[in-house]
Amino acid sequence: MNNFSYQKVSETADALDQISKCNLTQIIAGGTNIIDLWKYNLIQPKLLIDINGIEKFKRIQQTEDGGLFLGALATNSDTAYHMEVEKNYPLLSRAILAGASAQIRNSATNGGNILQRTRCYYFYDAASPCNKRKPGSGCPAKNGLNRMHAIVGTSEDCIAVFPSDMCVALAALEAVVHVVSSVGKREIKFSAFHRLPGNTPEIDNNLQPNEIITGISLPPEGFAENYSYLKLRDRNSYAFALVSVATGMKLENGLIQKIRIVLGGIAHKPWRVPEAEDFLIGKNPTAVNFASAAELILKDAKGFGDNDFKIELSKRAIVRNCIMAIHPETLRPGAQPSL
Amino acid sequence: MKAESTDRENNNDFNLTTSQVKLKINGNCLQLNVLPWVSLLDAIRDHCNLTGTKKGCDHGQCGACTVICDGNRILSCLTLAVMKNKSEITTIEGIADGDELHPLQKAFIKHDAFQCGYCTPGQICSAIAMLKEGKANTREEIKEQMSGNLCRCGANTNIIDAIIEIKNKGNYE
Repeated sequence: MNNFSYQKVSETADALDQISKCNLTQIIAGGTNIIDLWKYNLIQPKLLIDINGIEKFKRIQQTEDGGLFLGALATNSDTAYHMEVEKNYPLLSRAILAGASAQIRNSATNGGNILQRTRCYYFYDAASPCNKRKPGSGCPAKNGLNRMHAIVGTSEDCIAVFPSDMCVALAALEAVVHVVSSVGKREIKFSAFHRLPGNTPEIDNNLQPNEIITGISLPPEGFAENYSYLKLRDRNSYAFALVSVATGMKLENGLIQKIRIVLGGIAHKPWRVPEAEDFLIGKNPTAVNFASAAELILKDAKGFGDNDFKIELSKRAIVRNCIMAIHPETLRPGAQPSL
Repeated sequence: MKAESTDRENNNDFNLTTSQVKLKINGNCLQLNVLPWVSLLDAIRDHCNLTGTKKGCDHGQCGACTVICDGNRILSCLTLAVMKNKSEITTIEGIADGDELHPLQKAFIKHDAFQCGYCTPGQICSAIAMLKEGKANTREEIKEQMSGNLCRCGANTNIIDAIIEIKNKGNYE
């Protein structure tokens, strides 16, 4: 661990000014990931800029188009238990509450959640090579312990997964990330926010170094009638997903009118295959049809040994979760299987 | 510690001045001078001499360091003392009313809700805040809401029993 200086700001401009000065300046919000990374000597910030004084980033409020804006500094707990989120975006509430622990959710923020780093064992072990941590040093996970690693969207250089639960739901809801820099504001579609590792796995997402997140907006459609989040992991609670699935669905006369299926824990970003969703439009919500969609979603999946089981597990999780979405009243705490 | 600091100073050009942090801990107003990288946990234990709050993993995996900060249960190992300036904090030392144990503390004894006791301060702080949150009603929901506090002795069943007794009695203020 290195020493650092600390400064608290209450204006966005001050934060932007500081991050533009030095690339070893690190923004801190909830701190639940940053402090851990620092303790493991995986990041060596010179200056921490505490943005918790920027009050306007803490708000959750309705947008003009009937959607909802989640401030970057609203905590995961405040978001999950917000009246509008529980009512109109229960899928998001469920996904957030399936992640971390109550204590961590009370500190962790929405902006921090979408920026969290991978939990790949090799990334977290400073003594080990890792292309994400030290570009060009190699990826021991490919031929090593890779039970939790990716099965889709991998590259020669990295098979790490993005660990967020909240983001799986945000991808299903087609959220938009709002960012600001000294040159202006920008909106990034959620599907374009996180990226695949390719040959630059050190870059997790498309947020630029001079930008900070101000919030996340949700469109009006929240799939509040038919939704489910399923999280499968090595213990029932407080563990990262081996496979998770978010499903939001609209049924009309018993047929699927609209559906979103997004997987977590299997790729460098929330994994969505629109082709599979298109396939289900107008069809009956049956296990057989969901199984066909699952085949499309996992068609390019590739295991690396320890994680081979995830391919079949993902397919079954998709079917199970889509069936669960027909009966959201049966959902259990902790996103466990309910049927 | 001193040798380590010297080594760090040689490598870095840091401003090693301390920051003044005001905390109200268990009703007592304290003014601390801490370096920026001191966790809230270390500040509570080493600067305030309140060693009831435990350092288990120091990485947010075990919940032993749980304290109640401005009404919310948080992990004191994953936050910096400087970030919590002017906060109101309750640790395990502030749970009882003088010599009269808090009902949940009594319930832990009654239900044999610990063996080694290392996770107990975190379990109790976490459970008290959880009961006030009012989000968990069934046994399954309480287990889920308490999953951030690990008990390596395996007393979890009795811990949940103790919490449920207090929840049913409704005397957890």
